[in-house]
Amino acid sequence: MHSSPKLQLALQLLGLAVCAGAAIAAAAMPWWSARYTEQWTIEFLYTLALAQGWNLLAGYGGLLSVGQQAFIGVGGYLIVAIAVMGGLNPFVVVPIAGVACTVLAIPMAALLFRLRGPNFAVGTWVVAEVLRLVISNIDAVGGGSGTSITDALIGIPVWWRMSTTLWIALALGAGGTLIVYALLRSRLGLALTAVRDSEAAAASLGVSVTRVKWIVYLAAACWAGMTGALIFITKLRVAPDAAFSIDWMSTTFFVVVIGGIGTIEGPIIGTLVFFVLRGLLADYGSWYLVALGVIAIVFVLFIPKGVAGLLQDLTGASMFPVQRRAPR
Amino acid sequence: MTEILALQGVSKSYGSLLVTDNLTLALNQGEALGIIGPNGAGKTTMFNLISGNVQPDQGFVHFLGREISRLAPAARCKAGIGRTYQIPHPFGGMTVFENLLVGAMFGAGLPESAGAKLAMGVLETTGLAAKANKLAGGLTLLDRKRLELAKALATSPKLLLLDEIGGGLTEHEVHDLIGIIKSIRASGVAIIWIEHVVHALLAVVDRLAVINFGRLLAEGEPAAVMANPEVQAVYLGVEAA
Repeated sequence: MHSSPKLQLALQLLGLAVCAGAAIAAAAMPWWSARYTEQWTIEFLYTLALAQGWNLLAGYGGLLSVGQQAFIGVGGYLIVAIAVMGGLNPFVVVPIAGVACTVLAIPMAALLFRLRGPNFAVGTWVVAEVLRLVISNIDAVGGGSGTSITDALIGIPVWWRMSTTLWIALALGAGGTLIVYALLRSRLGLALTAVRDSEAAAASLGVSVTRVKWIVYLAAACWAGMTGALIFITKLRVAPDAAFSIDWMSTTFFVVVIGGIGTIEGPIIGTLVFFVLRGLLADYGSWYLVALGVIAIVFVLFIPKGVAGLLQDLTGASMFPVQRRAPR
Repeated sequence: MTEILALQGVSKSYGSLLVTDNLTLALNQGEALGIIGPNGAGKTTMFNLISGNVQPDQGFVHFLGREISRLAPAARCKAGIGRTYQIPHPFGGMTVFENLLVGAMFGAGLPESAGAKLAMGVLETTGLAAKANKLAGGLTLLDRKRLELAKALATSPKLLLLDEIGGGLTEHEVHDLIGIIKSIRASGVAIIWIEHVVHALLAVVDRLAVINFGRLLAEGEPAAVMANPEVQAVYLGVEAA
C-alpha cells in the first residue's frame, strides 16, 4: 500500500495528540475522576504494560514465552517479603522488583535459550510452575493459601495509595509504550525488526540474534516484575495460584493478537478491545471466555496482523512510525 | 594472489546421511568460482558451512588466514562473508531501503548516515532504487532475488556467496543479473556462485567445481570441467562411455 505523506503526518499527529491527552487526563484523575474509573484505568494500564512487554518479547524477539507470570508472581511476592515483612513502603518495592526480576531472568535465559520453538514456550511455563510450587511451600509467606498485604498499606492515606498506584501504572503502561517506541527507532530497533521478520537473514547480515534476544528477554522480565508488584498492591492479597497463574498470559495473548503482534499500536488497541468486550459481556458469565476464545481464533486464522495491521494495510500509515525513509 | 577462503577436509552429516564429505576447496581474492551439482548434492550445505549457519563435524574453514570454523553467522558476516539464500529471506515488514540498512549498519558496522549512503549506492547497482521505500514483503520474485543480492552487498563483503540467484528468472532477467554480478566482480569481491543456469555461470566464473554426494567430483577451468565425462554422466545425464 502506498502511504500518502499527508495522511501519515495527520495520523501521527492525531496519535500523538490522543495519547498525550489521554496520558495527561489519566495523570490528573485523582483530582477529577470517580474511584471506580480510576481503578479501571489502573487495570487498563497494567494490562497494557504486560502486553507491550510480551509484544516486544514475542512480536519482535521471536521469543514465544508463556511464562511471564513467573516475573509477575515474583514481583507480587517481593511486596510480601520487602514491604509486609521488611516494612518498606510497597511502592518502593516496584523498582526493586524490576531489578530483582532482571537478575532472576539471567539464569532463566541461560537455561531457556537452549530450547527452541515450542520447547522454549513449554520451558517458560515449567519455570513459572516451579516457582509457584516453591513459593507454595514456604510457610513464612503463607504457603499455598497466600497472604494479605494490607499491613504494608496501613498508614498510607487512601487518596495517596490510589494516586501513586495510578501514576506508577501510567509510567509502566504509557511509559512502557514510549520506551518500546524509542527502542524501535534506535539502532537496536532495526536489528529487532529484522529478527522479527527473519532470524536467519538477520544473522547473515551481521545481527547478533542471541544478544538481541537477551536484551529483549531481560527487558520484558524487568517490566513484568514491576507490573506484578504493582498489580498485587491493588489486589491487597497475594496467593501462589493467582500470582503465577497462566491467566495473565492468556489475557496478554488476546490483547496482543487482537491488537496486532509486532506493532506498537497493537497492544494499545488490543487492550481497549479487551476492556470493551469485558464490559459488554460481563453479564454472560463463562460465555464471556468462550466469546473471547472464538474472537481470538478468528483473528489468528483470518486477521493474523490484528486490528493495527489491518489499519496499516488499509491506510498505509501508522500512528507510531518506525520506518526509516531512504535519503534524497 | 592471496587466498581468501579455504575449506580443509570439511565434513558434515545429519544422522547417518553424510552431506559434506571431506571437502577441500580454496578460493583466491577476487576470484569467481562456480558450483554445480545435482539437487541434494550438498551445495547449499557447503554454503552454510562457510557462512556459519551450520558448523562442521570435522575439518576447518579459514577465511583471510583466520580459522572461523566455530564462528557464528553474524561474526562471519562482520568478517566479510556475505551470502544470499536460495529461497529469498526478505524482512517483509521493512522497506527495501531498511533491509539494506540492516546489512550496512550491522554487517559493515557503519553508523546510520554512512550506512544509508552505502545502501543507496547498492540499490542503484542492483536496480532497486525506485523501490527503496516499498515494503519488501510486496516485491515480485525478480525483485526479491535482487534484494537478496543487495542485502548481501550492503554488508560490504570481501566474499559473496550466491545461492541460485538466477533460479526462476526469465532469460532477459538472467542477462541483467549477469551484468550486475560482473560489476560486483570487477569491484574486487570474490564470488562463489551455485547455479543451475549453467550458461549464466560460465559467463562470469574463472573456475568451476562440481559437487556430488557431498564430494568434490571435479574442479578446474570451466570448459575442461564441463567436458569431463564423469561430470557429464552425473550432472548432464549423459552416459559415460
